[in-house]
Amino acid sequence: MNITLTVNGARHDLDVEPNRLLVDVLREVLGLTGTHIGCDTSQCGACTVLLDGSAIKACTLLAVQADGNAVQTIEGVAQGDQLHPMQVAFQEHHGLQCGFCTAGMIMTALDIVARHGTMLSESLIAHELEGNLCRCTGYRNIIAAIASGAKAMGERV
Amino acid sequence: MLSFIYSRPTSLEQAEELMLSSDDDALFLAGGHTLLPAMKQRLRAPDRLIDLSRIPGLTGISKENDKIAIGALTCHATVAFDAQVGLSCPALSHLAGQIGDMQVRNRGTLGGSLANNDPASDYPAAVLALDATIITNRRQIKADSFFQGMFTTALEPGEIITSVLFSIPDHAGYGRFAHPASRYALVGIFVAKFGTQVRVAITGASSGVFRWTEAECALSSHYHVDSVSGLRLPVDELNSDIHASAEYRAHLASVLLKQSVIQSLS
Repeated sequence: MNITLTVNGARHDLDVEPNRLLVDVLREVLGLTGTHIGCDTSQCGACTVLLDGSAIKACTLLAVQADGNAVQTIEGVAQGDQLHPMQVAFQEHHGLQCGFCTAGMIMTALDIVARHGTMLSESLIAHELEGNLCRCTGYRNIIAAIASGAKAMGERV
Repeated sequence: MLSFIYSRPTSLEQAEELMLSSDDDALFLAGGHTLLPAMKQRLRAPDRLIDLSRIPGLTGISKENDKIAIGALTCHATVAFDAQVGLSCPALSHLAGQIGDMQVRNRGTLGGSLANNDPASDYPAAVLALDATIITNRRQIKADSFFQGMFTTALEPGEIITSVLFSIPDHAGYGRFAHPASRYALVGIFVAKFGTQVRVAITGASSGVFRWTEAECALSSHYHVDSVSGLRLPVDELNSDIHASAEYRAHLASVLLKQSVIQSLS
């Protein structure tokens, strides 16, 4: 089936089977492997991308369902060599260890800021992160990173 | 995931026609956050998926006199953040805001949840407690007649939920205890007071949502947490599984009933 996806601002006209998941099309057809597959059960959130600005699990969407929509992946977050404030915050606050969940955490964080603003409480972040699992960190540094990154987003010109 | 034919109708008539004319095993697709995970595990393998998401007029929230109308394809996040729902029935916002997780709430829909009628899903408790009317492309169905057992509803083949009309209560509260990984309700209790009438609906505890008539009587006499402090559900009608025993669910129900009443009065 012919579909059009706009991914990180670039338009792609693709012919995909209906049973192809969005995450597989992003990773294997478009080569955007920053988005990860961490489970089989739609729980872990490592596959989180933004679909028309909203965080969704790309493993639980058929590519054909996203026909005509805009997708942002982790590859579309930095501006060239310049890291996004949310990415800088994850560096500064040691918000990752193995890094497998991190792209999903950052994409979710961007949706949290879009909907809740730049001054985020720990409890709000923890609630909104229920769909993103991490096996390494115990979440404290991730939550701190998101709070810090959100604040930095509010302060940038 | 096994392969299938994918259809994307742009009208209800087209969707109904596709379903009724299919010789093969066809299923409607809304948010897909129950169906697609099942298909990935090959627990379901329809020959055809009919995607309802591009049919206009099935989303949106409006207040009509003493009722809130929510379009069947409205996602949980939209309900959770809607100002009208927040003012008229904050318990409904609260319920929607706890379904699954944030990403699930950005795709999952009211209609999909109701049509599927998972015994651990949240919306059936609200629909039953708020005496809602389910409006389909063919008729209107009252909540008391809609839920017919595990994964079973009154919907007929080709029948599509278009919107749900919730009655606005004087007070309402929703207490739930979530499984930490799946985030499904082990038990969820929705309490709603309309004048002297009280409705109490429980999800997660049994093979489907049901009304706790003993609790309703107690609260109708005196709407206060003290009226329900001794109440306990009979254990033999409740689920026992790897997540919780029937006894534990009965215990949770007693606790959550009190929490819902307290919440409704706050």
